[in-house]
Amino acid sequence: MAAASAVLQSEWTKIRTVSSTVWTLASALLVTVAMSAALCALMSSTFDDLSDLERATFDPTLISFSGMILGQLAMVVFGVLVVGTEYSSGMIRTSLAAVPQRATFLFSKIAVAGALALVVGLATSFLSFFLGQALLGEHRTSIGADNVLRAVIGGGLYMGLIALFSMGVAAMLRSSMLSLGILVPFFFLVSQILSAVPKAKEVAAYFPDQAGAKIMQVVPNAMNSEEAPYGPWGGLGIMLIWVAAALIGGYLVLKKRDA
Amino acid sequence: MIEAVGLTKRYGAKTAVYNLSFQVRPGVVTGFLGPNGSGKSTTMRMILGLDQPTAGHVTIGGHPFRQLPNAPRQVGALLDAKAVHGGRSARSHLLSLAQLAGIPAQRVDEVLGVVGLQDVAKRRSNGFSLGMGQRLGIAAALLGDPQVLLFDEPVNGLDPEGILWVRNLMKKLASEGRTVFVSSHLMSEMALTADHLIVIGRGQLLADMSVTDFISANSADFARVRTPATEPGQREKLTAALMEAGGQVMSEPDGALRVTGLPLPRISDLAHDADVRLWELSPHQASLEEAYMRLTQGAVDYRSTDDKLAHLQPPVQQPHPGQPGYGMPPQPPVVQDVPQQGWYAPPPPGQNPYTSPQQQPQPSDTPKDAR
Amino acid sequence: MIELEGLTKRYGPKTAVDDLSFQVRPGVITGFLGPNGAGKSTTMRMMLDLDNPTSGTVRIDGRHYRDLDEPLKYIGALLDAKAMHGGRSAYNNLLCLAQSNRIPERRVGEVLDLVGLTPVARKKSKGFSLGMGQRLGIASALLGDPEILMFDEPVNGLDPEGIHWIRNLMKALAAEGRTIFVSSHLMSEMALTADHLIVIGQGKLLADTSMADFIQQNSRSYVRLRSPQQERLRDLLHANGFIAVEAGNGTLEVDGVAIEKLGELAAEHGLVLHELSSQRASLEEAFMQMTAAAVEYHAHGTDVHGAGPAPGPRWGTPSGPPSPPASDPTSQGA
Repeated sequence: MAAASAVLQSEWTKIRTVSSTVWTLASALLVTVAMSAALCALMSSTFDDLSDLERATFDPTLISFSGMILGQLAMVVFGVLVVGTEYSSGMIRTSLAAVPQRATFLFSKIAVAGALALVVGLATSFLSFFLGQALLGEHRTSIGADNVLRAVIGGGLYMGLIALFSMGVAAMLRSSMLSLGILVPFFFLVSQILSAVPKAKEVAAYFPDQAGAKIMQVVPNAMNSEEAPYGPWGGLGIMLIWVAAALIGGYLVLKKRDA
Repeated sequence: MIEAVGLTKRYGAKTAVYNLSFQVRPGVVTGFLGPNGSGKSTTMRMILGLDQPTAGHVTIGGHPFRQLPNAPRQVGALLDAKAVHGGRSARSHLLSLAQLAGIPAQRVDEVLGVVGLQDVAKRRSNGFSLGMGQRLGIAAALLGDPQVLLFDEPVNGLDPEGILWVRNLMKKLASEGRTVFVSSHLMSEMALTADHLIVIGRGQLLADMSVTDFISANSADFARVRTPATEPGQREKLTAALMEAGGQVMSEPDGALRVTGLPLPRISDLAHDADVRLWELSPHQASLEEAYMRLTQGAVDYRSTDDKLAHLQPPVQQPHPGQPGYGMPPQPPVVQDVPQQGWYAPPPPGQNPYTSPQQQPQPSDTPKDAR
Repeated sequence: MIELEGLTKRYGPKTAVDDLSFQVRPGVITGFLGPNGAGKSTTMRMMLDLDNPTSGTVRIDGRHYRDLDEPLKYIGALLDAKAMHGGRSAYNNLLCLAQSNRIPERRVGEVLDLVGLTPVARKKSKGFSLGMGQRLGIASALLGDPEILMFDEPVNGLDPEGIHWIRNLMKALAAEGRTIFVSSHLMSEMALTADHLIVIGQGKLLADTSMADFIQQNSRSYVRLRSPQQERLRDLLHANGFIAVEAGNGTLEVDGVAIEKLGELAAEHGLVLHELSSQRASLEEAFMQMTAAAVEYHAHGTDVHGAGPAPGPRWGTPSGPPSPPASDPTSQGA
């Protein structure tokens, strides 16, 4: 077996020496923070226009993560490119000739990229939270309040898991273009739209992003949303199952198919 | 007939082609050689009117390409196998070219048959292998049944049978009286294909002559002589006789002698006089590659002081100036071994070749191609 | 040493590689030949464990590829010049590979120097020409200083100096006792490079023999004689039962007899010879002769490579007899 530490180091070099890493992760952070801040500022100034019910279930923590709807797409791109460019560039053959143990190769790559995505995700969620709260003025909450720290850390976990899920999908599809073509519309449109359609939303609630996002709610039925059939950790658990399935699927494809 | 007169192309401060004058005559295959970055592609592009010369001009059949009436019927070119819209089928690609030039559609099927693509004619060309793309490019070049044909690296991506086919195709086109101008990096392939050579280096003409003349002019012919393996004494006797007569003798790995500076009949007579029986007496000419390396190496060494020393010695004494110690006159009776590698000194046995990178050639394509 | 045993690869009903067994030995350059679609690339990919064989095994120094600890130190391969990440610099592309096999970083600079890419080491490899990509691929193959090297079409895109360089590099590596396995479509190039040949057609082994034997077995070889006493020479040959054919230019050609015998015969009778040379066909002719039968796809031409060669009878003589035996020594590496 090739030494895992050597392969990890190699994968780290791979990630830090391509420019796409910097711009995808930077946009994940900046887009999320900027959009969350803008929405918090907007919410703060229009709070009085909200309905009573909405005011009652107002969730200042969740609102400071609202930029993630867009920011997560950059995480998707990051995850897809980390795996997909191996295929699109033809590097995969060189990589596998150097590290023929498929599990060592894939999981080292995923560990390095996942850890990096998690760090950036946590930075994003903390930044978003504090900036958002600062802008919410009198409606803000604090990190010490019940469940708030869980939600902020959960936001970081959510971002990291989205990246991991994308890596698994890209490993299964073996193509950046195809993976992006499926994942971006799914997270940005399909999942959002279905969660607003009466019958479909019961199914949509089990989608990885819908389930995972529950961890960021502090108020159970925030903004007058329906209560989910699972709690915050249950939701994250559902997302984890999705991620695990995608990664195992990616590994099996890599193992069985010709490179 | 292609005729270039004083052809010059500058890109800013860089001169890609300088004062190039040559003719490509009909009826023979003319090879176009030069290292990467020597201006071959630029020249080809200027011939086809794709680039505008800074000075000088180049004509095809007396007209600049852009003024040729119905150029596709007179000139066919294969420049880049992948210069095809990938979404189109091979047939519709050719059809669109044919319609532009007023060539009947029937001709499209003809050329598809000629290049062997008839079975995949309806398939989109982006699924084509490099070899198939190459065949499609050749089909496009042949479409207008032109009198002048230009091919840039035509055998790229082809398999052995395809290579043989292209070679025979070019010879046949030339024998029909057409002008065939082929550029290639494959010396061994060019030696089999071309009759005439135009060699450029750093944008300037280095040679314009027949292949045979080129090889003779740039390398030494030699004879391979073998004496009975059963009697080692005969070999020494012959060596002495040959050296005495003014020949240079070297030893080949299988024990044969490589003799330069003496014609075959003379060697035969000397052997006869020395009472030596011959098991082999065969004439050899150096390869085109060797000759080419010598010529272009000469161009590179043009300004070096070593080159002056070379004039002091008869050229025949150093057929391989790249070999250290090789150019020295043989010290009788020691018979030197024929160097087993062509041009660059091989690393000494046992030494890791990686630790002596300076022995490796500096590839000429690197800096230029980077842009 | 690479050993293949019963290697087979099927794609659905199509058998790309059919029960292939051979060994690639150290110390010589082994050429790997076959027409398009013969299964060469599939075989090479299976040798590197990139494709899974349907059955059969490949062993690298007696071990399965997947069991190799740090495989780049055992075997280096140039499969595809473009098998690198274009957005990464040449240096970093090699660095990733080096790190994964615990090869010191210093070695990256060494191999870049060796292939002459040092001036562009920090440039992104997507701007590279085919020739430069090829050099980068060669650098990656040499990275681990392996005992076994595989090159697929190594001269692609190289200029004459580059071709010359890679040929001599391979010879030097073989002379050090390494195992060198090279595939190429360029017969004239292969004739100058390889010592041993493995030829496949339609996925099956057609030949596994030395270069000299291959040419001898698959084409006509003969001895050419020239003498100022041509009449006497011919009579002498006939008297000894040899059939001499006049070949113009005052030369005689004799089939199927050892050159030494003719030399002795001439000496015995005091005959002056101005030429006594053995003539062999070129590798290309021998190859065409041998594969003529195997290249049957071009008759029906329905598979992926159905582009097939253009109709032979029309332009070329792919299956014809070795018409004018390529006597010219230029193609034989004189």
